[in-house]
Order: sequence, then C-alpha cells, then structure tokens
Amino acid sequence: MTGEGTAANGTIEKVSIIVSKGSLEGVYPALIMANGARAEGIEANLFFTFFGLDAIHKARHEHIKLATVGNPGLHLATWAGGLPGVSSVMTHYMAHKMGELDIPPIPEFLEMIADTGAGLYACKASVDLFGLTEDDFIDQVKDIITVGEFYGLAAGGQIIFT
Amino acid sequence: MPVKVYAGTDVMVNDEGFFDDPQQWREEMASQIAREAGIETLTSQHWQVVKFMRHEYADKGTGPSVRALSKTSGVSIKELYQLFPKGPAKLAAKIAGIPKPRGCI
Repeated sequence: MTGEGTAANGTIEKVSIIVSKGSLEGVYPALIMANGARAEGIEANLFFTFFGLDAIHKARHEHIKLATVGNPGLHLATWAGGLPGVSSVMTHYMAHKMGELDIPPIPEFLEMIADTGAGLYACKASVDLFGLTEDDFIDQVKDIITVGEFYGLAAGGQIIFT
Repeated sequence: MPVKVYAGTDVMVNDEGFFDDPQQWREEMASQIAREAGIETLTSQHWQVVKFMRHEYADKGTGPSVRALSKTSGVSIKELYQLFPKGPAKLAAKIAGIPKPRGCI
C-alpha cells in the first residue's frame, strides 16, 4: 500500500511546506526542502504562517536572524546569547558559512524558488492578526489564502510543517 | 544492474537510469534518453545545457546543481525549468550520460 501523496511506484509527487517560524534556522530548512523538491521534479508549495511571514515580508526578509537565546543547539550560554549584537554577529557568521556552500541569502533564495515554479502563499489568519496587507509582501507571493484553501492546494500531496 | 540500448549500443545504467560509465555516452543517444524522460524534442537550448553538463563533468568530476548550472551557463532558473520541467540538473545530467548531481541547493 502506498501512503498519501505518493505515486504507485512509491515516489513523492507533491509537497506543501508550512513555514511557521521567523528565525534563520526556522526558515532555511523549509526553503532548502522546497527548492530540493523542485530539483527532483516534485511539485512544491510554501505556506507562510505566523512569524514565518517575516520570510516574505519586504522590509523584514533581509533581516532574518539566528535565534541565539533558547537555542541549545548553538552551545552558547543563554545569558551570552542575549547580549546586544550577539544574534547579529552569529547571523553574519552563519551567512558567511552558507555563502561558502553556495546557499543564497533568503531574498535571493525565495526569488529562485519562485522561478522554479513553486508557489509562495501567505496565511490569511496571520496576515490579519499582524495587520498586514498584500503590499507588505514580496512580489513572488502568489496570494493570501485561508487554511481551507491551503488544504485544497495541498490535496493529494505530502504536508511538511516547519 | 539494468542494461539499456541507446543508438544500438548496450549501456549500463543505475536504477534511476543514469549512466554507470559516462564514456559510453554518444550524442546520438541523447534524444532517446530525453524521450524516456518525457522530453519529446531536444531543442538547441536543451543541447546548450546538455553540452554544458558534460563540460562541467569533464572539468570537475561532477555535474552542477540547478543554481550552479544557472549561474555558470547563463540560462535562467525559469528557462531551465521550462526546458526540463522534471528537474533541470537531474534530467540534463541523465540526458548527458553523467551521474546525478548530489548538491542540495
């Protein structure tokens, strides 16, 4: 038996990826997975909700920061992570490391993902919650959609929540 | 290990259809591999990308990922996906008879 969203031969045909976090480590994995899906010929949609909206916010998407507080994986004392400027420095360092691996900055990455044919969507409930409008988002965002419409788009595929 | 016949020659390929030995590839084989991958006709633009893949492989020992392919070949990401809808780097590598590129970006 094959699972939902998989073809009879066991391959994944379509993914819908939900981005709910607005930190660097919250956004990049979703973008890498969406881009990687398209590279494999898999249909992909990205749905930005809650703080994930920052990733497609015109004024904010260039300033997505690494969480240096409450992030045990960073192996940095919480008090040190909270010092002014630490998040910026760590983000800058991470951007440098990623640049070496040819991982693009978030604005360029989003543009590239839209060019691959993946759909970028904003969550209506979150847009209303934060008092945003369509004009706040980058041009690559196709639409502001409801949860119901998201499920319609995701139908027949796999859903990944990040 | 599956064997395919392209342009009258037996070719060893892996489970995904990529050539085991890129040396076995000849230009006459490309159109048949492309048809199997869902591309009916190879246009001059397709060829530009396929030849570029071979060139990169000869140069670096591995094919480029989509981003690197676009950056170095000058063909935009949009155009690459129009040419190879089921994955530009993957399909162009298959048609060019080189191993599947392993980059994540």
